[in-house]
Amino acid sequence: MYDLIIIGAGPAGITAAVYAARKRMNFVVITNDIGGQAAWSGDIENYTGYQFVTGPDLVSKFEEHMKKFNVSVKEGEPVADIKKNGDIITVKTNKGEYEARVIIIASGKISRELGVPGEKEFKNKGLTYCATCDAPLFSGKDVAIIGGGNSALDAALQLIKIAGKVYMINIASQLGGDAIMREKVMANSKVKVFNNSQVASISGGKMVTSIKVRQEGKEREIPVGGVFVEAGLSPNSGFAKAVEMNEGGEIKVNCRNETSVPGIFAAGDVTNVPEKQIIIAAGEGSKAALSAFRYLSQKR
Amino acid sequence: MAKKVTVYSTPTCPFCIRAKQFLKDNSVQFEDIDVSENHEKAQEMISKSGQMGVPVLEIDGEIIVGFDKEKIKGTLGI
Repeated sequence: MYDLIIIGAGPAGITAAVYAARKRMNFVVITNDIGGQAAWSGDIENYTGYQFVTGPDLVSKFEEHMKKFNVSVKEGEPVADIKKNGDIITVKTNKGEYEARVIIIASGKISRELGVPGEKEFKNKGLTYCATCDAPLFSGKDVAIIGGGNSALDAALQLIKIAGKVYMINIASQLGGDAIMREKVMANSKVKVFNNSQVASISGGKMVTSIKVRQEGKEREIPVGGVFVEAGLSPNSGFAKAVEMNEGGEIKVNCRNETSVPGIFAAGDVTNVPEKQIIIAAGEGSKAALSAFRYLSQKR
Repeated sequence: MAKKVTVYSTPTCPFCIRAKQFLKDNSVQFEDIDVSENHEKAQEMISKSGQMGVPVLEIDGEIIVGFDKEKIKGTLGI
């Protein structure tokens, strides 16, 4: 049994690990990936001490810092469930079960899914959640971007350079995001925006060949070779039913990072702390580790 | 004899970076193909793996989609 289990290895989880290691706690980090959303970020210009750094570079610095303490990291193990029984908290993953006296949930946010027919079937078969990763594979193809915020605009700006037609399927009455990006996208003749629109289904054979779009009660089929889902993020808290959340699925914490269940702490973008920023997540991670340490000391 | 390892990747995908770092950490030699630059190779990757997500690893003819550490270890015997 561990003193502490940290779930997640983004800026919050890694910072919590550094603090826990310095307190000589007996702990493990259980995570699906390293870096979380920060790893997918392009240019970062607001992390103090770095005037400019890319997401992958900052994450490798974080990881290096954590590894310096020989932290035990179980990567590729998404958490399925957590349960508290007496003073023991059990964390169940796709590979096994672990026990600890306290845990810190720092599982961040993940891409929001559309929940329409064909989405799961065509994932990686023309449908992707990472324009930054996969856009180069769609050169010359007509593509659809689902979303109307900054991440959708960012995907559009990447795809304009290489794709054929770029359709934007936007649920709102007009595109959101930053004006400077929006103007660039809308000025491009390759782009066609469908406002007040939703995707009804995605179809194809081996790969995606078309989508059905519903706009003001009417449905139309649009032939596309690629679908980029950029419909925002949702908190990765589905496994944490034991703790209280807000309407948006964010875990409620107080200023000491305590959740509604004693011994379960949470930090970073998975929580209801306002402003989702790398530097805030890192700070929250350190706070959660110190709170967890204090909680254990008082229990002893 | 060392196995022939090819990594199909794009420069911007985090799991590509991690997969390549993992191979380097384990002193595995590999050929890195940037499919954002090479469209023929991109098509080759899609037809070999039946999907369009990166990274794709080919180890002595065996295809592994994504950064699946356990599978990579198993196939390489490390």
